[in-house]
Amino acid sequence: MGKAKLGAERPLSPHLQIYRPMLTMMMSIAHRISGAANAAGFVLLAWWLVAIAAGPEAYAQVANFFASIPGRLLLFLFSWSLIHHMLGGLRHLIWDTGTGLDKTSIEVFAWLTIISSTVLTILLWVAGYALMGSQ
Amino acid sequence: MATPLKRVRGLGAAHGGTETFWRQRLTALANIPLVIFLILSIVSHIGADYGTVKAYFGQPVVAVLMLALVISVSIHMRIGLKEIIEDYVHGEGAKVVALVLATFFALGLGLASTLAILKISLGT
Repeated sequence: MGKAKLGAERPLSPHLQIYRPMLTMMMSIAHRISGAANAAGFVLLAWWLVAIAAGPEAYAQVANFFASIPGRLLLFLFSWSLIHHMLGGLRHLIWDTGTGLDKTSIEVFAWLTIISSTVLTILLWVAGYALMGSQ
Repeated sequence: MATPLKRVRGLGAAHGGTETFWRQRLTALANIPLVIFLILSIVSHIGADYGTVKAYFGQPVVAVLMLALVISVSIHMRIGLKEIIEDYVHGEGAKVVALVLATFFALGLGLASTLAILKISLGT
């Protein structure tokens, strides 16, 4: 079992703190953070579903929280994180085909992800509010 | 030195080949329409009364889409969490514990949500 001696003082290759923050780097980090946030956010979905299954009393608690200002804010952030991760992932699917890897494209993709994730999330909320009561 | 052919035959260091990579992409693709459906479902039911929400899940299409979402998301979530842990948790023991917890988390959320959807839509 040739385990490397971890305590040895070896020079490290340049890491995050050495580089000037760049947009594409930030978007890569944002993709991971939004992914982890989505995992946490799915607790909200499970809570909602389990409460509906459990009955009116349990549902009333979730419903009250979702309808409150902090609840709506949390749901909005959750949905934004989902859409951000989705568009970031779409970018990865394009890269998987070997296209869009040049410097101009990655900058354009980064800006597109930021702008369209915000716009799309707002549009989905507008659509969701419009669908209210119509099932 | 392993040639690309040799690597393919041995399916790489983890002997899993591109299976995880492919599964992550497949669930990512499925998640696109399903997540849009999820956001619309939640937002349009903010403040809705119990009967309305229950009737909504009573529709087979809604239940099937929600089940598909929960399954696809759980698989995608487990792969993503595993990737993050493998990159950032370096202690061998801590890594194993974190990986087990991540798996239980994804599986637990998936199972609880699945059972809930079935119970609501089958109406007991």
